[in-house]
Amino acid sequence: MTDAATSSKAEAKPAGKAQWNPRIVVFACNWCSYAGADTAGISRLEHEPHFRIIRVMCSGRIQPDFVLKAFEKGADGVLVSGCHFGDCHYVFGNHRAAEMFEKTMKTVKLLGIEEGRLRLEWISAAEGVRFAEVINEFTDQVRALGPSPLGYAKAPAAAAEGAADV
Amino acid sequence: MSDMLTIARDTKAWACYDCGKCTANCPLTRAGAAYSPRKHVLATNLGHQEMVAGQGTLFDCLTCKLCDARCPVGVEYTQLVLKLRELSFREGTEVECPHGGALQSAMRIMAQGKTQQDRLAWLDDDLQTVPDKGEVFFWTGCTMFYDAFFPEFEMATLEGTKAAVKLLNHLGITPVVSPDERCCGHDLLWNGDVKSFQALARHNVKLVADSGAELLVVSCAECLRTWKVDYAEFFEGAMPRIVHLSELLAERLDELHFAGEGETRKVTYQDPCRLGRHLGIYDEPRAVLEAVPGAEFTEMRRSGSGALCCAGGTWSNCDRYAKKLQVERLREARATGAELLVTACPKCQVHFRCAMNDPNLKDDIQIEMRDLAELALEGLA
Repeated sequence: MTDAATSSKAEAKPAGKAQWNPRIVVFACNWCSYAGADTAGISRLEHEPHFRIIRVMCSGRIQPDFVLKAFEKGADGVLVSGCHFGDCHYVFGNHRAAEMFEKTMKTVKLLGIEEGRLRLEWISAAEGVRFAEVINEFTDQVRALGPSPLGYAKAPAAAAEGAADV
Repeated sequence: MSDMLTIARDTKAWACYDCGKCTANCPLTRAGAAYSPRKHVLATNLGHQEMVAGQGTLFDCLTCKLCDARCPVGVEYTQLVLKLRELSFREGTEVECPHGGALQSAMRIMAQGKTQQDRLAWLDDDLQTVPDKGEVFFWTGCTMFYDAFFPEFEMATLEGTKAAVKLLNHLGITPVVSPDERCCGHDLLWNGDVKSFQALARHNVKLVADSGAELLVVSCAECLRTWKVDYAEFFEGAMPRIVHLSELLAERLDELHFAGEGETRKVTYQDPCRLGRHLGIYDEPRAVLEAVPGAEFTEMRRSGSGALCCAGGTWSNCDRYAKKLQVERLREARATGAELLVTACPKCQVHFRCAMNDPNLKDDIQIEMRDLAELALEGLA
């Protein structure tokens, strides 16, 4: 499914006519956070649906380029998630993730993207409730910030001006 | 095919008589990479794009211009690489950045220009600058990004930028330092992304033109090359005079009033490829270095137009050969007996500091690195 198709589908959700729904990218590790999302699903917890989840084997794989690329392509928010410290399947992957998150955040701020659009959360496989809470909270937070200035919807116009359209 | 032939004509590739000097001199080839500029020139002349395009060949070039400097008939191989990269980018080959493309993303976000960057947090009360209009524009470059992005190398390139502003203040100049400055687009251009480069070029040229500046001082070698060479076509009307900080300092050495008898220590200088072979600025940085009290300047074995580059020019070519070259260069710097390696480009610092992180070689190749501006500023105290 193309991005545009996904978008029109998301925006057509009956979430109240006036309410704008953000487009959030969630990076989740295979062992904890992704399983946490599963737990939320199995438990039939209701939460905001306006995110796309990308599974990686370990949060230590979530390098700055993942996040920056998501913003470049117009994501309204990016959530980075992994196992709690001490729980990492690869022992120290999440410590690496925290280090990388720090420099990603610095770069994002330098670029003038609001701090609130990027978040790091540790969610274990058992914490389905927490996953739902984090998603709800973050969705509200990003919704309050409004569409990303680098928004997808505006990209074609920018391309016409000669800006990046890659 | 016709594209290739245009490139061959514009870069004088047709003059090539196959002597192979370029390949014999290429730092990559000498480090053992299966890389041959001569072959690329030949392929271009024959119009065989498949021989040069794509990963593993074209994007490996360090663009250090050493082959150009040695070519007996003046083939502009570096320009040829630039044009071929543009061609392959248009056809969908993207460079494989060793940082996963994070820096390219950051640059493209700047090219989109829809956010207000927060790039001047480092400006403190000691530094006198104006944000919009003035006679002298100081181009900071992206040192704040390097410092934020490479904490593992203990980067402090912003110190060089601050020192540059202090030096300008010392010369009685209150420069324009604009919060709206964007990446100069150097790396995107050299990655072949002309569209994003053009967006950045138009923005930056307008920014400087609107400031009314007559003099543009640049402290980054790559930004300088971009401003002097690649931005030329974007200027409507008069271009301001564009100088590297070292040129300005060398010109006004007397006004700097270097004082004090700083501790005597040996320093050596890394010629950034953009400043040296690309723009021919060799003497000015050396004049400044020699004037700084306490700094005893020694040349490395290969210097000036024969200097080895930092092997990481355009965020496109970091591999084991590049690392080998960096280690080789650091050993050369150490062999001079110098305690301090001075450079005039923040990228040189990024790449050498990265190489110094090698845990197996750490003590062998460790050397303090500073920007020229920092050393000059020390000389004032």
